[in-house]
Amino acid sequence: MQPQSLFEKLWHDHVVVDETAESPAVLFIDLHLVHEVTSPQAFSVLKERKLSVRRPDLTLATLDHSTPTLPKGSDGKYQFASPEAEKQVRKLTQNCRDFNIRLLDQEDPRRGIVHVVGPELGATQPGKTIVCGDSHTSTHGAFGALAFGIGTTEVGHVLATQCVLQRKPKSMRIHFDGVLGKGVSAKDMALAMIAKIGADGGQGFAIEFSGSAVRALSMEGRMTLCNMSIEAGARFGMIAPDKTTFSWLEGRDLVPRGSAWKKAVSKWSTLNSDDGATFDKELRIDASVITPMITYGVSPDAAAPADGEAPTAETETERAASAYMGINQGEHFSSNSVDRVFIGSCTNSRLSDLREAAKIMRGRKVKEGVVALVVPGSEAVRRSAEAENLHIAFEEAGAEWRLPGCSMCIAMNGDKGEPGELVVSTSNRNFVGRQGKGVRTVLASPATAAASAIAGKITDPREYLTEAGGQ
Amino acid sequence: MAKAKTTYTSRTVVLPQDNIDTDQIIPARFLTTTTKEGLGKVAFYDWRYDSDGNLRDDSPLDGFVKSEFSILVAGANFGCGSSREHAPWALSDFGFSAVISSDIADIFKSNALKNGLLPIVVDKKAHRELLKSPGCDVSIDLEDQIIKFGDGWTCIFEVEPFGRRCLLDGVDPLGYLLDRMPQIQKFEEARS
Ligand code: SF4
Repeated sequence: MQPQSLFEKLWHDHVVVDETAESPAVLFIDLHLVHEVTSPQAFSVLKERKLSVRRPDLTLATLDHSTPTLPKGSDGKYQFASPEAEKQVRKLTQNCRDFNIRLLDQEDPRRGIVHVVGPELGATQPGKTIVCGDSHTSTHGAFGALAFGIGTTEVGHVLATQCVLQRKPKSMRIHFDGVLGKGVSAKDMALAMIAKIGADGGQGFAIEFSGSAVRALSMEGRMTLCNMSIEAGARFGMIAPDKTTFSWLEGRDLVPRGSAWKKAVSKWSTLNSDDGATFDKELRIDASVITPMITYGVSPDAAAPADGEAPTAETETERAASAYMGINQGEHFSSNSVDRVFIGSCTNSRLSDLREAAKIMRGRKVKEGVVALVVPGSEAVRRSAEAENLHIAFEEAGAEWRLPGCSMCIAMNGDKGEPGELVVSTSNRNFVGRQGKGVRTVLASPATAAASAIAGKITDPREYLTEAGGQ
Repeated sequence: MAKAKTTYTSRTVVLPQDNIDTDQIIPARFLTTTTKEGLGKVAFYDWRYDSDGNLRDDSPLDGFVKSEFSILVAGANFGCGSSREHAPWALSDFGFSAVISSDIADIFKSNALKNGLLPIVVDKKAHRELLKSPGCDVSIDLEDQIIKFGDGWTCIFEVEPFGRRCLLDGVDPLGYLLDRMPQIQKFEEARS
């Protein structure tokens, strides 16, 4: 048999009707994740056309985007950003009731950001096709799943038929060789990769990440890397499952148990690219030379080492970005003071991310005048973090510890920066206004964000990891 | 889906910036809507309105008769970022029927086609010419996949064949999928 790539194995396993020149493949979906923002219009189509949800058992909904991260007020109610936000949350609740879909609602101890709770529950598994009306669905590819973001019309298609129409993308493999240095994380790998291939470098591709540096990553690091593949334009990012994957999943709510678990693991162990598998494009990146990265522009590929300076803007687009960001070329990044720091989002809000940030914040103080927000990705992350007293480390440093949600990643729920503010953020998008109108976003790892909060300026976290008291 | 026109003739609006993301096309704070309608008024909101909510004098998207300018020409990597279908909803409602770039993000392209907004990718040379000539007359022929420019030159493009057929013949993709239910059922049975 012809050697196959991981992607090809996953693809072929789910094709209901083959692709032809005239029509895309009909692809079966094993897990459909739903949230409040991109689903209401899809449910409306079902209602108009008198259709039911075909597989409620393969559908899971959560509340995250418009959801408040502050506890209930004295009136016993959550404070929504607007009546529309509240209506949207209520609409999803109603739709889930009407269509018999499991919803992790605001009181559910398993609620959280859609791409954090899917894996945590064990709903995300190797070999599955997973979609969600959200571009960061690529996160789930970290488990060796074929996971991709879809639009609202397609959300309707999946609700009604459990299938999507999809053309087979081209394939790319990116090897990360070598060992990551101290203070360097999966986020820095992702930013270095995007800087190298460009914000559209992965357009039309499914990317498989491989190599010793990827194998060495924890599941959480792998999720961070796959999460950011869409920032290089690739809808799909994936990593072959291995022992790290299996031990992370074992015992979670929705994974098989006993002999079924053993059977699943043996099947999952075949999900990798065969020797001799071919790719439309292959690329090698030396992970050992990557240092903590930050972005200095308004596109995620405008990334550079945090201990350096911004390169000269050359195109019209780059000059406009530079003017918006106000980060001077030829001046060290650390000359930029920081107004706000956000640690959270589906990219970096898991327990290990919070541990990295706490390591730097513990026993130190957030610089006066800097507002720092730490938002766990899920209720489960929140509980684990609190069990380790991470929240105390944050609060004693002067940071705010919030309830789970997307929060300042998309700034829909009322958590946002003010015009002109410079925000160092562990989220995934530095687009103009993404974190509030006129906000200047600098993307970074949790360690870099925490170090920048303490120093009050853009800071390479390694400065704090070598100092006495650090580590 | 109703049948679309085969020819789109209009003048162009040019937004030359590269990487125009869907957060620019419709900022996230307008995503709390639960319907598709009326999003044209918030299309490119922060580009068009000042902080008091007044239309800016220098808005590149206002100050002309919209019905005469229904083709948007944009810089490379248009529609990147968030998968929000609100972006093509907003652009269509604003009055655009096609967007032309050298490079359009995958999810946006797919979302646009499903909403009758033609995503058209042209080669770099044609793209440069279009960026240089805001307001020029353009005629897009979806049947023959060719663009004709006012001054006589032409350029070919390719739209994903299924999406194109949906537009031209009024094929409804959800209906198409529902028609494949016997195969879907068979697939499910074989796996369980
Ligand atoms: S955290 Fe940000 S990127 Fe992730 S799902 Fe929420 S809004 Fe989207």
